[in-house]
Amino acid sequence: MTKTIPTISSTSIRSHGGARASRSLPAGVPPDTIVKWFRDMLLIREFEVRTMQAYQEKKIGGFCHVYIGQEAVAVGCTAAIRPDDPMITAYRDHGHALARGMSSRHCMAEMFGKIGGCAKGKGGSMHMFDRANNLFGGHGIVGAQTAVGTGLAFATKYEDEVINGGRSDRVTLCFLGDGALNQGVLHEAMNLAGLFDLPVIFVVENNGYSMGTAIERGTTMAHDLSVKAAAYGFDAIEVDGMDLIAVYEDMKAFCDSCRAASRPGFVDMKTYRYKGHSMSDPRKYRTREEEEHFESGDPIGKLRDVLLSAGVLDEAAVAAMQKEVRAEVKDALQWSEESPAPGIDELYHDVYVERWGPYTGTSLPEMLREEKR
Amino acid sequence: MSATAVREIEFRDALREAMSEEMRRDPKVFLLGEEVAEYDGAYKVSKGMLAEFGPRRIIDTPISENGFAGLGIGAAMMGLRPIVEFMSWSFSLVAADQILNNAPKMLYMSGGQFGCPIVFRGNDGAGGQLGSTHSWCVESLYANVPGLKMAIPSNPYDAKGLLKTAIRDADPVFFLESERMLSMKGEVPEEEYLIPFGQAAIRRTGEDCTIVSFGRPVHFAMEAAETLAAEDGIECEVIDGRTIRPLDLDTIVASVRKTNRCVVVDQSWSFASVGSEVAAQISEHCFDDLDNHVHRVHADDVPAPYASNLEQEMLPNPRKIRSAVLSACYRA
Repeated sequence: MTKTIPTISSTSIRSHGGARASRSLPAGVPPDTIVKWFRDMLLIREFEVRTMQAYQEKKIGGFCHVYIGQEAVAVGCTAAIRPDDPMITAYRDHGHALARGMSSRHCMAEMFGKIGGCAKGKGGSMHMFDRANNLFGGHGIVGAQTAVGTGLAFATKYEDEVINGGRSDRVTLCFLGDGALNQGVLHEAMNLAGLFDLPVIFVVENNGYSMGTAIERGTTMAHDLSVKAAAYGFDAIEVDGMDLIAVYEDMKAFCDSCRAASRPGFVDMKTYRYKGHSMSDPRKYRTREEEEHFESGDPIGKLRDVLLSAGVLDEAAVAAMQKEVRAEVKDALQWSEESPAPGIDELYHDVYVERWGPYTGTSLPEMLREEKR
Repeated sequence: MSATAVREIEFRDALREAMSEEMRRDPKVFLLGEEVAEYDGAYKVSKGMLAEFGPRRIIDTPISENGFAGLGIGAAMMGLRPIVEFMSWSFSLVAADQILNNAPKMLYMSGGQFGCPIVFRGNDGAGGQLGSTHSWCVESLYANVPGLKMAIPSNPYDAKGLLKTAIRDADPVFFLESERMLSMKGEVPEEEYLIPFGQAAIRRTGEDCTIVSFGRPVHFAMEAAETLAAEDGIECEVIDGRTIRPLDLDTIVASVRKTNRCVVVDQSWSFASVGSEVAAQISEHCFDDLDNHVHRVHADDVPAPYASNLEQEMLPNPRKIRSAVLSACYRA
């Protein structure tokens, strides 16, 4: 006897993109704030385009995963939480770092392997950390950050309730790719989060592919990921990650409810990466038609149209902003070029907090020392 | 008994006292692991702690080592001080990604932004006929990784003093206990004390041969040393390393320069091990002082067997140590 397995067409799984209109401007958000989100998306796009160039020029080494196409996710999610809410993500992390407030200089210099980088050039593209902005990485092993993110939520709740005797008041956003859905650690982390009532939201940046494997080829129930959360007893939502206003509005409501209930949540954030998995990916596993379909619903273009038609910005203001963003990234490249390589004495620094043997203790990176001043 | 007599308590009680004292001192410290709370500890190490500290600080987890090790790491990045109990270090292998990739590297890959002040602790080594998967000695596997510290006490006094140091340490500490020693009694004073890392203890002085060991095999070394003194006229100096990272090389080197002979006893397998590292360092630092090559006693290079006689034969024991010392002293 053979069991009939329902086939889910890949078009239905990837039906979210395309040239549909954006939602209208959210009520109660000052226009300046939305303009700032727009600028953040422009900045990430420009930053990533220049990152690819710098990689081709061999100024950036190792593995490098760009965020082009997914900008609305990091920007909209950051807008939906508070600055004191922890955030953690995987290795496609430049967008989160910039959205959270890291300067493009420190982000770019990290990839250049320079001392001015957020991690002194010791982490690289996959390890963007920013303590001042509560960004806990940038993690390289698929799914590993989900257990750590659960621990961040454990800690905020423990601090708020056990140490300070108050009420849990923070949520942790823990991002993962759709490839991480099939790592055991995610399921351990989700079970722990459900069991311990931890305020952590697992945001699956579902761009449809784990490297070259389409989601339905590697993940059961790919057409309805909410069942993964149901198995651990918490709520799930599906969000159009190609529309910044949808991301903001849906995530704001969901984060508020998880915060109030001090409970975990799960988000199937439908998005699309325009470029390959990493810099060495020829994208032979998908069609150009599919790519064009998603690019026709570009999140930046959509928000621009809304802002223009609402009269918040005019064409001249958009052009000026694009120019400004190009200058900012150009400056970041120049600054990264000029930032010195880490001294050889950095090799034995930051291995242990304590000094012993050949190890010389630890110190904060320039980025945080500047902010302290 | 005189009024100044030091009380004797079990190894497990010493561990519990260390954790409880640190939890009373610092609200950021909490204990997480399988069966640590309602069950009072699989080996009764945390007995009574749930009653004192409540379920928010003594936390039962499901059998998800990778998940709860990672949870502890996230909490440590936020500045809490988790103690994560592995019922056995054998089970830590399924958490290898978290404990080896995240805990010891977080400070470095974040460029000094996020440390990981966490203690992983539990039973290491053969428990007694537990078979191949439950008898791991993880010291040689894990000591290879920079960024972590490793302590391996051999008696209740050290267990308490080293664990208190581990809990206060700003870096991740792998704390290796032994099921076979949990009921061992030893003198532990009432008053507070800490034992710094990187300070070996000389358990017995002697002029003829140095024996370096860590954890439970220190006792086998002591037994062998008594036999060697009584029957062979060889006086051994027995050094208990106490911590593997940092390693107190100074104490070891000073002793070998005096005795000119050395036997290293390490309960893990010999290939690429703590024992081979210590032997290599002695060779580097004492090359001109040595009358013979450094001898090593390890577990036999086979999976841990179930049968009692085979297990006993596989592990380091006083007979093997005595024979290595005799060989090092050209008396074999």
